[in-house]
Amino acid sequence: MADVATAPTPPAKVASNIVGKRRAGDSVFLGLSTAAAVSIMIILAGVAIFLILKGLPAITANWSEGDLAGYQNKNWSSFWDYVAPLLWGSIWAAFIAMLLGTPVAIGIALFISHYAPRRIAGFLGYIIDLLAAVPSIVFGLWGIIVMRPLLLPLAQFLNEYLGWIPLFRGPVSSTGSTMLAGGMVLAVMILPIVTSITREIFLQTPRLHEEAALALGATRWEMVRLAVIPYARSGMVSATLLGLGRALGETMAIALIVSPSLIFSVALLTDGYNSQTIAANIALNFPIATDLQRSALIGTGLMLFVVSLAVNMLARYIIAATGPGAKGRKRGKRS
Amino acid sequence: MTETTAVTSSTPLSLTSGQLPRFIEPGVLALSLVLIAAVQLVLGGFEPATWLVFSAVLYLVAIGVFSAIVEGRRKSTDRVIRGLVTAAFILAVAPLISTLWTVFSKGMSVMSWQFITQVGGTAFNPDTLEVTATPGALQAIVGTLIITGIAALISVPIGILAAVYLVEYAQPNNPLRRSITFLVDVMTGIPSIVAGLFAFSLFALIVGPKAFSGFSAAIALSVLMIPIVIRSTEEMLRLVPADLREASFALGVPRSITIIKIVLRTAASGIITGVVLAVARVVGETAPIFIAASFTDNFNANPFQDPMQTLPVMAYTAYSFPGQDIAASQAQAWGAALLLVILVVIFNLIARIVAMVFAPKAR
Repeated sequence: MADVATAPTPPAKVASNIVGKRRAGDSVFLGLSTAAAVSIMIILAGVAIFLILKGLPAITANWSEGDLAGYQNKNWSSFWDYVAPLLWGSIWAAFIAMLLGTPVAIGIALFISHYAPRRIAGFLGYIIDLLAAVPSIVFGLWGIIVMRPLLLPLAQFLNEYLGWIPLFRGPVSSTGSTMLAGGMVLAVMILPIVTSITREIFLQTPRLHEEAALALGATRWEMVRLAVIPYARSGMVSATLLGLGRALGETMAIALIVSPSLIFSVALLTDGYNSQTIAANIALNFPIATDLQRSALIGTGLMLFVVSLAVNMLARYIIAATGPGAKGRKRGKRS
Repeated sequence: MTETTAVTSSTPLSLTSGQLPRFIEPGVLALSLVLIAAVQLVLGGFEPATWLVFSAVLYLVAIGVFSAIVEGRRKSTDRVIRGLVTAAFILAVAPLISTLWTVFSKGMSVMSWQFITQVGGTAFNPDTLEVTATPGALQAIVGTLIITGIAALISVPIGILAAVYLVEYAQPNNPLRRSITFLVDVMTGIPSIVAGLFAFSLFALIVGPKAFSGFSAAIALSVLMIPIVIRSTEEMLRLVPADLREASFALGVPRSITIIKIVLRTAASGIITGVVLAVARVVGETAPIFIAASFTDNFNANPFQDPMQTLPVMAYTAYSFPGQDIAASQAQAWGAALLLVILVVIFNLIARIVAMVFAPKAR
């Protein structure tokens, strides 16, 4: 293979009159697959359009007249007044989940990629992927009967000694339907997605970087800190953002576990002063809502869609722009 | 460069001098477990959760201190981090085991042949004013299978064809290809409840206020399933060696036939595995089905009309909106959750078996 130069010179130009026969099957198949690809755009646009169409009546309605938010019995001056605390609740719950979940997820990814014995690493990764296969409703039910009572002593402890911090203010819930419990379950649910992405990126660290660090006498942790983490930093950021996107939209765990009210609150340990999330609010009120109230709920869903779309786009942008081997990493395989 | 670094210790110089013995980590771990257990027993009240947490903390502190004394700060940090990372893994496995154990132990109590083959619900007898609850999940099982089946029928062709377009037809720098790849990524991040609201809005505008139907839920699930199918199919198509395509083109086989008979055939096992895993992923979605198909206790096998019950929604509604007999409702919920987990396990097993049996034979 070394002496390519001696190969006979390639035919200078393919005669331009040789043209492949056009076959009907080819263009039909091309048309079908292009249509399927374009339908992705149509579906995404459709999601936005139909949410706007159905949500608009409530967004523009006069909120001072009717009881648009249904059961809440509060006087909202406008749709934005109604959606603001919900949006806060969604972001707050997702933030708690990220705070609790991300360090653990990155730790797991490190464990599987750099600490566990090579032979069982694949199996351990499979176990973590199993977490993603458990339906969210099952995690919700599990949260009710396991996580809530489990966290009660912790809640009492935190409130007793750190109660002066607004986060841990009382009255402490007696049932355990707290934002803390909801955030914990949410954290468990985002573990697999954050872990699987960071693990992939950790594994892509150039072998030579790692070996160079070890050869210079670095301990394993120093090798990770010097070679792996700088390489994977942007990947870790975007994995976190993708986890955030998942946490924002998660419905059932919060709807089942947290007992909410529509307020701006950071309280973690109470059951009357928890913020409510958009998704859980929809799930709880949708069946009993009237037509216009449903429009209002769909309007809040539209807000959730916009926020999670923005988070996801940001994450994907970071991966595409700064990720390791930003260009041609995936395409490289093919050529 | 090899000047002897001053060895201050009086131990004979060997390769292992200045290091803790190998058994130090398991040893310290066992010691901290025993110690914390003893303390808890003395103080009264042994609790597994706090026992493990405190033991882990004690272990990390102890190993850090020992190692810092004997081996120096760098080694000590290394050992503590190793402990932390391992603890993180155990921390993630614990909820998995706990969840599965809870579902099985709670669900098995209602699980019976009747529960699977009977339509459940409550019946009110106006003469005796008695409300009788029949355990049963047939309506939910049928609903889940119908809705997921339709969702798969919609998303599998679209997903596979779109992946074929992205991998086989579009040039890497084609703007359409790039924007669609981006949109597929974004689409995987759509909150599931938003997909449900979309399907509901769509049908509410077409059919009117009574828009709940199984088909609507299937549309919602397709929105979630299509990007998963595209992603996995894309991965599989990229694994097909370019040599195979070129060999086929060289024989004068048209492009479409090459794709169908060579590329898709080679990647078939991977694609099927991906599709089955995608089904397993959406079968447990609660929120979109709850919004789009609502819930009911009636048996309804017609996906185009009336609410339809499904297993995840049954688990949710039976727990959140229980009937008069709360214990019976909760038992129903756990039964539905267990059936759902079993269904997911079955789909995962099918995916593994397909991957093994139909994998292209390596020669």
